[in-house]
Amino acid sequence: MVEFSFWDIARHLLLALRWTVGLSLIAFACGSVLALALLVLRLSKLPGAIRAVACYVQVFQGTPLLMQLFLIYFGLAMLGVDTSPLLAASVCLTLYASAYLCDIWRGCVESVPKGQWEASASLALSFGEQLRHVILPQAMRLGVAPTAGFMVQIIKGTALTSVIGFVEVTKAGQLIANATFEPFLIYGCVALMYFALCFPLSLWSQRLERRLRPAS
Amino acid sequence: MTMDFATVLAQWPMFLKGLALTAMLTAIATPLGVALGVACAWMRLNAGPVPRFVVSAYVEVFRNTPFIIQLFFLFFGLPSLGLRLSPETASILAMTLNLGAYACEQVRAGIQATPRGQIEAAQSLAMDRWQIFTRVVLPPSLGRVWPALTGQIILVMLGSAVCSQISTEEISYAANLISSRTFRSFEAYIVVTLIYLGLAIMLRQLLNWLGPRFVFGRRR
Repeated sequence: MVEFSFWDIARHLLLALRWTVGLSLIAFACGSVLALALLVLRLSKLPGAIRAVACYVQVFQGTPLLMQLFLIYFGLAMLGVDTSPLLAASVCLTLYASAYLCDIWRGCVESVPKGQWEASASLALSFGEQLRHVILPQAMRLGVAPTAGFMVQIIKGTALTSVIGFVEVTKAGQLIANATFEPFLIYGCVALMYFALCFPLSLWSQRLERRLRPAS
Repeated sequence: MTMDFATVLAQWPMFLKGLALTAMLTAIATPLGVALGVACAWMRLNAGPVPRFVVSAYVEVFRNTPFIIQLFFLFFGLPSLGLRLSPETASILAMTLNLGAYACEQVRAGIQATPRGQIEAAQSLAMDRWQIFTRVVLPPSLGRVWPALTGQIILVMLGSAVCSQISTEEISYAANLISSRTFRSFEAYIVVTLIYLGLAIMLRQLLNWLGPRFVFGRRR
């Protein structure tokens, strides 16, 4: 039996919190890149692209993140990849984030008036130029608030990676709770840490949304 | 790499039992959660400053912490206060509280979009506050936010997969069990993931059908 003081608990949880933050950043960064690629694919009007991307989004939005994690964890191993929990968690959360972000950003692009596409086309801009100089700058303004809101979902999503053995703050909490028999205190602390990460993001997202509303 | 679905599918009674419990958890938590959300939305808009602060605190805490932690806190944490819940009760409680927090914000947005004139018209018909809220304000508000609410209910249903972690024997618990019995993890999770996908699509259809008829439709 190991004795833990409150500061030991807090220190261990804070150290594990780095992994929660790190994994969230990986998922957000890689997910954004993939989501942008999917969005461009969808807007490109290539045959079948719209349906394929919609299918991808539906699969990731219509299944539990927990199942996606298990599937990728065991699936990568079946493919012969030497998986670590970090790799499986990063891949899974990247795919998960890309599906949601693609859907969110599609909504933003669609709310850019159609005349903007037509006007830029009449200036002989290519598809890429239209996107880069005309459509995306306007869509991005609309997209910041919901994207910030979705970052909260990513941070909360990382909690599930504890079930495939990735030691972030939830897993650390579980381990410490099992050693100290103080689940009330420990899960309370863990919840507080998530709250401290997510609440400012939520507030920021709400503020941005409010600021954009009169403009639209 | 070979797939062997036959071994996994031979365990179909377990999938079925899990599916039934997932459906039951969702069927109980959804009306409770929406009702809680409506009650909280009303309090946030009409109650005094103290209850309003309590409701906001509840909403923000549940929206900004992961479901798995809420579940662990209820299931592992509460017994030290002398409140021991069964896995099923803890799951339903966590799902209800989680849905209630999100539904509160959505319903509140719907209520705030009510045109002022409708309330004034109802007042001029001498309806009391309760009648105005339940007959004039609430039904169209729910109608306005129904698509968002549907999405949230589906997310809570999918989130119930996490309840397997406190040994609630719903469908992802069945997947865990079958994968450890047959060593066919990937196949077991594929089957259950597809079941969830089907459930999500069906639940959306069901709520789309149910909403206009029973929740916010015209009463005759």
